[in-house]
Amino acid sequence: MNPKQQNPDGDTTTREVILSVKDVSVSFGRAQILDHLDLDVYRGEILGFVGASGTGKSVLMRTILGLNQKQNGSISIFGHDIDHASEQEKLAVDMRMGVLFQHGALFSSLTVLENIQVPMREYLDIPPRLMDELARLKIDLVGLKPDTADKFPSELSGGMIKRAALARALSLDPEIVFLDEPTSGLDPIGAAEFDELIANLRDTMGLTVYMVTHDLDSLFAVCDRIAVLGKKRVLVEGTIDDMLAFDDPWVKEYFQGKRARQIVPAGENLRRSERAATTETAPAGLHGQAK
Amino acid sequence: MRQIGENRSFSSATIDLSGVELLDTAGTWLVERLRTTLEKAGKQVALKGQAPGWAALFEAVGEAASAPDEAVTVDRPSMLTRMFAGIGRGVYAFGDDFLKAMHILGATVRGAQMKGSGRTGIRPAAIVHQIDSMGIGAIPVVVLMSTIIGAIIAQQGAFQLRYFGAEIFVVDLVGILVLREIGVLLTAIMIAGRSGSAITAEIGSMKMREETDALTVIGLNPVGVLVFPRLVALVISLPLLTIIADFAALVGAIIITWAYSGISPDAFIQRLRDAVDLSSYLAGLIKAPFMAMIIGVMASVEGMKVGGSAESLGQRVTASVVKSIFVVIVVDGFFAIFYASINF
Repeated sequence: MNPKQQNPDGDTTTREVILSVKDVSVSFGRAQILDHLDLDVYRGEILGFVGASGTGKSVLMRTILGLNQKQNGSISIFGHDIDHASEQEKLAVDMRMGVLFQHGALFSSLTVLENIQVPMREYLDIPPRLMDELARLKIDLVGLKPDTADKFPSELSGGMIKRAALARALSLDPEIVFLDEPTSGLDPIGAAEFDELIANLRDTMGLTVYMVTHDLDSLFAVCDRIAVLGKKRVLVEGTIDDMLAFDDPWVKEYFQGKRARQIVPAGENLRRSERAATTETAPAGLHGQAK
Repeated sequence: MRQIGENRSFSSATIDLSGVELLDTAGTWLVERLRTTLEKAGKQVALKGQAPGWAALFEAVGEAASAPDEAVTVDRPSMLTRMFAGIGRGVYAFGDDFLKAMHILGATVRGAQMKGSGRTGIRPAAIVHQIDSMGIGAIPVVVLMSTIIGAIIAQQGAFQLRYFGAEIFVVDLVGILVLREIGVLLTAIMIAGRSGSAITAEIGSMKMREETDALTVIGLNPVGVLVFPRLVALVISLPLLTIIADFAALVGAIIITWAYSGISPDAFIQRLRDAVDLSSYLAGLIKAPFMAMIIGVMASVEGMKVGGSAESLGQRVTASVVKSIFVVIVVDGFFAIFYASINF
């Protein structure tokens, strides 16, 4: 499929590819997890990445982040091929990415404030006071109370940990954030708030979001584009409409199953009206944020 | 019920459940198993007296009962093969451990230099914090243990040497033994148990919670950040603790020889001056940094091997302590051979 046709706004201007995965194969021992997989992520979009459990969604994310070895293919982020980048270039790329791990992965020996400051300490040469102020700003941005700053991760609830971890991921105002099942383990209200938060951040900070998720609500509510992982590669990518039209038993079951049917009509109408509104008021729509 | 199932003397059977008040999956399974066995043997089976609410239960269990038994045959290798497989696995694991240890050592040195902002990655605050917890915190236990060990050696030595009327030589015995061997060895073993386990558990639990991945993604080298301060702190702390242990053991020996053999502290120290010189003191102290490195690297290697489960954390902590104590003792033996051959 041509990426231009999958653009949710229907505009045909070519958008900047921020992350490009080409021909990537990953195997652990004899078990092949990913087989010649291709995927592009465009600037300013929220990409939802779905697939059955154990198909390698997390493996792909970890491979992109350089936590896994790949056997074949190339990955380039911001136009830098990460296999051939120098140490300095790699650090520069790391600086422009944020990651939210599934269980938060906050450093348990540091307070929330110190956690958010870890990347700042590493990359920025700024006075401690400013660092405190910026970290508190991030805490506010993700919707945590100011008194959370001095708490340790063990004192936080699951939802607060995810928000704090998101604050750390946003610490350096990255251009792309990777979210690994951000709404898993949250109650429906908390999950909806989190979705809204991500959409808001995308709009205010011009973020690109790569989201591994199982949450149909998130997929319908905030994702611009969805990619489905199956048979060790990307089965299909595109909008919700493409998903509903795609002919594959698993994809059909996933997007038209019992749980999906409760959301599709409402979600689709909402999306349509939103889309109409954005195209009327601002032709550039959701994706035109200048960075 | 199995007996009924194997009884072939009838051609049709009726299972009457009307006396059953409550039925769970186990009960249903027994009934369904009997029915399928009989049906397979070509008998007529009828069920009666089922309560209406059980239909779904029978349907669900019936599927499992009627599914063909897939005989799970696992090829069990012969006894001999399994025995050698274990040995082979052990040899490979040993090789892997060695490589990993070298990797940690290299990555530690390198990780200390690399930093995004171009500054050095050496974090004095982290090192001081580790010295506080691994060095200062260990002083009481090291002092207590060394004093007692020094006292015991002195007491036993004095009792034996009394037969020869050479009781004063207990000072030589204690002095040389403590300074060259016992002081550093016991301190290293204590630190392996105390700090080695802590290092493995800390790094392992960070690994379990993806905190090490988070470090990598931020652009920090986990080995440089986590292992380097601990390794430096150990290499600084262990020699200092050894000095304290040496003194504590000698004090224990002075008290005991005074009490049991009537050698006054003055006489003890006078005799000690003749018996030992700086070289025997250094012979013990030189070993301390090596042992510190071994403990630190072993503990880090095991910590990095922790998988996702709490059980693996426990296994790794145990392995860390056992391996580092073992290697420390072996290395001490090599030092003894080395010193003997160069007449040190």
